[in-house]
Amino acid sequence: MWKWLHPYANPEVTYHFTGKILPWFVALTVITLSTGLVWALLFAPADYQQGDSFRIFYIHVPAASLSMGIYVGMAVAAFCSLIWQLKLADASAAAMAPVGAVFTAIALLTGSAWGKPMWGTWWIWDARLTSELILLFLYLGVIALHNAFEDKNLAGRAASILTLVGVINIPIIKYSVEWWNTLHQGSTVSKLGKPSMTIDMLWPFIFCFLGFALLVTTIICIRFRTEILARNSIRPWVRNLVILENK
Amino acid sequence: MQFDSISDFFNMGGYAFFVWLAYGATAVMLALLVISSNSSFKKMKQQIAQRQKRETKLRQAAQLQRTLELEHDQQEQQAEKNNSKEVLS
Repeated sequence: MWKWLHPYANPEVTYHFTGKILPWFVALTVITLSTGLVWALLFAPADYQQGDSFRIFYIHVPAASLSMGIYVGMAVAAFCSLIWQLKLADASAAAMAPVGAVFTAIALLTGSAWGKPMWGTWWIWDARLTSELILLFLYLGVIALHNAFEDKNLAGRAASILTLVGVINIPIIKYSVEWWNTLHQGSTVSKLGKPSMTIDMLWPFIFCFLGFALLVTTIICIRFRTEILARNSIRPWVRNLVILENK
Repeated sequence: MQFDSISDFFNMGGYAFFVWLAYGATAVMLALLVISSNSSFKKMKQQIAQRQKRETKLRQAAQLQRTLELEHDQQEQQAEKNNSKEVLS
């Protein structure tokens, strides 16, 4: 496995590899996300209590769980970059931070738009909402640190440390609905064994979740390639690449 | 299909404002993210190309200056030789 993985520590190989798989991710994203959203908006049945406001669920839940998933991915990359000094891990962490921040903002906003008709308030300082807001600030801090230093390696180290400290927030978000009494409802989808949803609500959710996850992958892929170029701009392979493309 | 008509669909069972706010805000934010990611990728390439152009220009200028200085030196040496010859004669 190490033999197989080793060439991908080379930025040039990774740059070209990601360039090759990117169009496939774009195509898959378009297919799954459009299927999921059309299904969610037009064909999924309305909730018996919440009516059609329940359709916000199809954005809110994927965005919220991806906002945490991206953070975990970023933390793994930060760990690798701190321990093994992998430059590419640094680049991928820098690529993930803005995407995670946007998905956290989407989770908060859609949650707010769902909370107003269901709970009667746009915002409440409850455990789940507050910890998700802290996640947004953590992302913003990581982005700021990545841009705070001229030297990308130094910036990466500082951002990695903040990322790893912030990991503590992830279980807090995840279990906040069980540890504290909150207005936020418990999980509906990930109950193993018996998901508390009917199958015709679950299928569009699966498509939406996959679609958003693929969208995240696509955007991170693009940003990752930008970061690779930024960190290798004086290498001969980047020079040749740029010359070839400008001809 | 859960809705009888298009206006029924846009009405979202009375929750139109909230549902379309959520979907609209998400669409706008994701579109901005995709566009900015794409354009920063292109900008990065342009930046690298520009820097490269500037470097080659600087290198050529330095080369030119070196040859000019060389010629200048040679001319000066020639002039000195001529001077010394005049003094001798």
